[in-house]
Amino acid sequence: MVVFDKPKALADVPMHYCPGCTHGIVHRLVAEVIDELGIEGKTIGIAPVGCSVMAYNYFNCDMIEAAHGRAPAVATGVKRADPENHIVFTYQGDGDLASIGMAETVHSAARNENITVIFINNAIYGMTGGQMAPTSLPGQVTQTSPYGRDVKHCGYPVKVCEMLSELEGPEYLERVTVNNVKNIKNAKKAIKKAFQNQIDGKGFSLVEVVSSCPTNWGMTPAAALKWIDDNMLPYYPLGVYKDRSAAKEDK
Amino acid sequence: MSDKVLMKGNEAIAEAAIIAGCRHYFGYPITPQTEIAAYMAKKMPKIGGTFLQAESEIAAINMVYGVSSTGKRVMTSSSSPGIALKSEGLSYLAGADLPALVVNVQRGGPGLGGIQPSQSDYFQATKAGGHGDFRMIVLAPASVQEMAELTIKGFELADTYRMTSMILADGTMGQMMEPVALDLEVKPAPEKPWATTGTKCSRPHNIVNSLFLAPEELEKFNFERFERYKYIEEHETMYEEYMMEDAEICIAAFGIAARVSKNAVNEARKQGIKVGMIRPITLWPFPTAPFAKAAEQVKQIITVELSMGQMIDDVRLATGCKVPVTLCNRVGGMIPSPEQVLEAIIEANKNGGAK
Repeated sequence: MVVFDKPKALADVPMHYCPGCTHGIVHRLVAEVIDELGIEGKTIGIAPVGCSVMAYNYFNCDMIEAAHGRAPAVATGVKRADPENHIVFTYQGDGDLASIGMAETVHSAARNENITVIFINNAIYGMTGGQMAPTSLPGQVTQTSPYGRDVKHCGYPVKVCEMLSELEGPEYLERVTVNNVKNIKNAKKAIKKAFQNQIDGKGFSLVEVVSSCPTNWGMTPAAALKWIDDNMLPYYPLGVYKDRSAAKEDK
Repeated sequence: MSDKVLMKGNEAIAEAAIIAGCRHYFGYPITPQTEIAAYMAKKMPKIGGTFLQAESEIAAINMVYGVSSTGKRVMTSSSSPGIALKSEGLSYLAGADLPALVVNVQRGGPGLGGIQPSQSDYFQATKAGGHGDFRMIVLAPASVQEMAELTIKGFELADTYRMTSMILADGTMGQMMEPVALDLEVKPAPEKPWATTGTKCSRPHNIVNSLFLAPEELEKFNFERFERYKYIEEHETMYEEYMMEDAEICIAAFGIAARVSKNAVNEARKQGIKVGMIRPITLWPFPTAPFAKAAEQVKQIITVELSMGQMIDDVRLATGCKVPVTLCNRVGGMIPSPEQVLEAIIEANKNGGAK
C-alpha cells in the first residue's frame, strides 16, 4: 500500500533548492492542488527570475519563464489568450513581486485579472546571495544591509496583502506560512481556494507564503522556522486580507 | 481593381493586423501612434479579440510574451521612448524564440525628444533591440498601403522564423492619409507545437524559456539562432530600385525620406542628372547586394535620413567604402525637403562625386 507519493503534477527530478528551504513544500502544495482539482492538462505556470526561476523543470504542466517581476503581465497574456481553457498561476518571490514587479502586481490585482499568484515572502533575495528585499524586516542583516535594515535610510518593508486589500479589484488575498504541520495544512487550503477561485471565474487570488531562507538568513533549517514565528509573523500577521465572495455571503 | 479606403497609416496597421488574424493587442498611450490603440479599442471587442491598455510599455510587451507563448498572433505598438522601455521584453522574446509584431512609429529623440517624425531609432531597431545577441526583422513602409502590407508580412515572417518583426515607421507615415486596398492575402500561420497551451495530459510539458545556465547550451542556441538569421538574410531581403539602370549618383533612403527623395530624383532627372535610388524595405536584413552593385556603378551615394546618419553606416559597409557616401539629413522632427535633396544631388553631380 502506498501511503505517501509524489503528486502527479510534480516532476520526478532533483530540485536545486537549498536544504531546509520551504520552496519544496510550497511546490508540493501547488502540485497537490493541481492534482486534486484535475487541472494539470490546462494549467500553465509562470516562474520569473529568482530562486524559483527553474520551477519550469519541477512542474509537469506547461511552464513559462518570465522576466524579473513581469509574471503577472505574462500571465495576463496567457489567460486572455484563451480564458476558458487556460488555468494560469505565477510563482514569485518578494524581490520579484514587491520590488521590480510592483506595478505588474498592483495593476493585475486592480484589473481583477483571473489568475492565481503564489507569493513567496522570505524577506531576502535568495538567488543572488542574500541581499535586502522589499520585505526584509527593520534591523535585518543582509549582504546589502550589513548593519541591519535602517528604516531611516531605506524605508520600511512592504506589506503586500495589506496594501492590495485596499484595492477594489482583487478577489482573494491571504497570508499563510509553512513552518509547521498546522500552518502547512492551512496554506494548502488557501492555495486550493486561490485556484478554485480562478476555475470559478472569480478573479485575482494571491496567497502570500511567509517562507524561510536558512542559507541566506545564516541559520539552521529548524532555527529558520522558529525565526518565522518570532520575527516574521509579528510584522506579517497571518490571515485573510480580502475575500470578496465570502464577504458577500456574509451580508 | 479593388475598392480603396482612405485611412491613416496607423489605422492601416491596425486593420491589417486584424486581417492577419491578430486578436490580441496590448499598448500604452504615446504620441504619434495612438490611433493604433484607439482603432484596436474600438474593433477588438466586436470581433472577440482583446484590447488591453497596459500599465506600462514594459507590462504591454510582457503581455505580448504571454499571448505569443500560447501560439497566437499578438502585437504591441509604441513610439521611440516607449520602444526603449520594451527592450527587455524584446530580448526575452528573442531568447525564447517567440514570434511577435512590434510597431515603432518613431519620434525625435533622445530623451523625451519631441513628437514629430524621426528615423533616429534605426540603430536601436537594427542593431540594439535589447541585451544579448539577437536580431529583429525590421520593415520600413513608405506608404499607407505598405503600412498595411508589411504588417501582414511582419506577422508571417515572425511566425515562420519565431522572432520579432518590427514595423519601423515614423510620425509622418503614422499620421498621413492615403487610399488603401485592403483585399490582402494572408498565409495560414504555421503549426506551433512548442506553444504552452496546456498539455491536455497528452504530451510532455512545453517550456518557454530563455535561461540556459550551461554555457555550452547557451552557445548552441545562439549559434542556431544565427544560422536562422543567415537564412533570412539570404531569402527575405526586400528593397526597391528606382532609376538605377544608368545612375551615376545613388540616393539611399527608406520610409518618408524615400518619398521625399523620389521627388528630388524625378526633378534631377528632368535636369539631365543621372540619379537613382535604392530604398531598403527590410532594414534588417539590410539589402547589401544592391548597394555593393551600385558601388561598382555610381560616383557617389547620398543617404537621406531623419537622423544624424545611422543607415549610412550600413551603406558604407555594403559598399566596402568603394565610393564616397555622404549624408543629407534633418533631425529633431524636421523632414528634408525635396529641394534640399535636389541640392545635394546637384552638388554631387558638379563634383563628379564627393572626394
